[in-house]
Amino acid sequence: MRNEDELTMTKRENDTITWETFNEGLWRENPVFVMLLGMCPVLAVTNSAINALAMGLATTFVLLASGALISLLRRSIPKQVRIATYIVIIATFVTIVDYTIQAISLDLYNALGAFIQLIVVNCIILGRAEAYASRNRPLKAMTNALGMGMGFTFALLCLGVVREILGAGSLFGFDLFGPRFQPWVVMVLPPGGFLVLGAWLLLFEWIRQRKARTALKPATET
Amino acid sequence: MSTPESEIMKPATPAGPMIRTLMGIAMLSGFLVVLTYQLTKPMIEENQRRAIEAAVFQVIPGAVARQDFLLDDSGVVAVTPEGPSEGIPIYAGYDSDGRLKGIAAKAAAQGYADMIHLLYGYDPACRCIRGIKVLKLAETPGLGDKIITDSDFVANFDALDAILSSDGRALANDIVTVKHGTKQHAWEIDAISGATISSKAVGKALNRSAKRILPKLMPHLDDLAQQMVIQR
Repeated sequence: MRNEDELTMTKRENDTITWETFNEGLWRENPVFVMLLGMCPVLAVTNSAINALAMGLATTFVLLASGALISLLRRSIPKQVRIATYIVIIATFVTIVDYTIQAISLDLYNALGAFIQLIVVNCIILGRAEAYASRNRPLKAMTNALGMGMGFTFALLCLGVVREILGAGSLFGFDLFGPRFQPWVVMVLPPGGFLVLGAWLLLFEWIRQRKARTALKPATET
Repeated sequence: MSTPESEIMKPATPAGPMIRTLMGIAMLSGFLVVLTYQLTKPMIEENQRRAIEAAVFQVIPGAVARQDFLLDDSGVVAVTPEGPSEGIPIYAGYDSDGRLKGIAAKAAAQGYADMIHLLYGYDPACRCIRGIKVLKLAETPGLGDKIITDSDFVANFDALDAILSSDGRALANDIVTVKHGTKQHAWEIDAISGATISSKAVGKALNRSAKRILPKLMPHLDDLAQQMVIQR
């Protein structure tokens, strides 16, 4: 009886893993530039490229691991306690990341501060768990989570690179312009985060609209 | 009316599976966290030890070896894994012949954004503070964090006077931060213009910590010097 149920369940799920499964997070529904989720770490820890990269990778790991575990357990988690279960699973992996970063570098750990622990409440991760991992096979859920994580990391790096170059005159800690460069300090301060995010959003929206227009053009002309 | 009610009643999962799931997840989570904690613990401790060590050698010029002590009202005790843990931690630095070069201790005060945590080195020979190292700060980049980079400000701590008063119970002169360009005495810190609050916080932290530690420490200075000899 149970086996049959499971079989029909698996059949109903669309099992094929395509490029779209991955690309959804990376570009089409990029968590930062399209869905505007997880803005807190996006604005707070992107004052240097290395912080942005570390934060992005930490989030990717949590997305990937929690997605895999939730997807594996998706049939045995009762609906009523699913949110509590997801949060415990996510918090576990965040704690693992927290210890791992402390073990790798204390400087990095101090720079990222509380934002590592705050990955627990990052809505991207809970959103993916609820909307994707709990409804798909582990492999597919992980592919999608990897895409989302990469999209998030990409977005953080976009901000981090610009802010570090303008605000500190360096990239990944390497001095770019020499001692005569007058850094644009506001860029590494919180307002700089908003300014750079706004500029990137403008650019991506412009690209998107131009794409949509070129795609539409033949149809409207005929 | 009766239809929605029965619909509400229908998906009631018995409590058993819920409790089982939550317990199972909680146990799995506990296991993973403990495993990670155990695996990373030696590395994290090594990192912290190295960070403190680097800072201690930076604030005590000429030191190549260090020993940690705990300071309380009765004296100093060398830190050992099984020893007592009560007291103020201080770090003694020694040169290659095992002579005491200075003592480092932690200090903290409220800065502009958050607490500024410092490590400072006290040289018993000149009875002055010979260096500071910022351990943690959240000051405005480009302004408050000049307390690390500004060479004029750092020069304040080449020999910052911290002589005890004649009865040995307090500092002879409080360490104070003065307005930029008005430093007159050896116990004054010349503030950075534009970063006055951060500069003042450094002065306040040093004054408070020196006042608390030095009167207790000075009578036991010989213990620190001997401790290293015994160890060698």
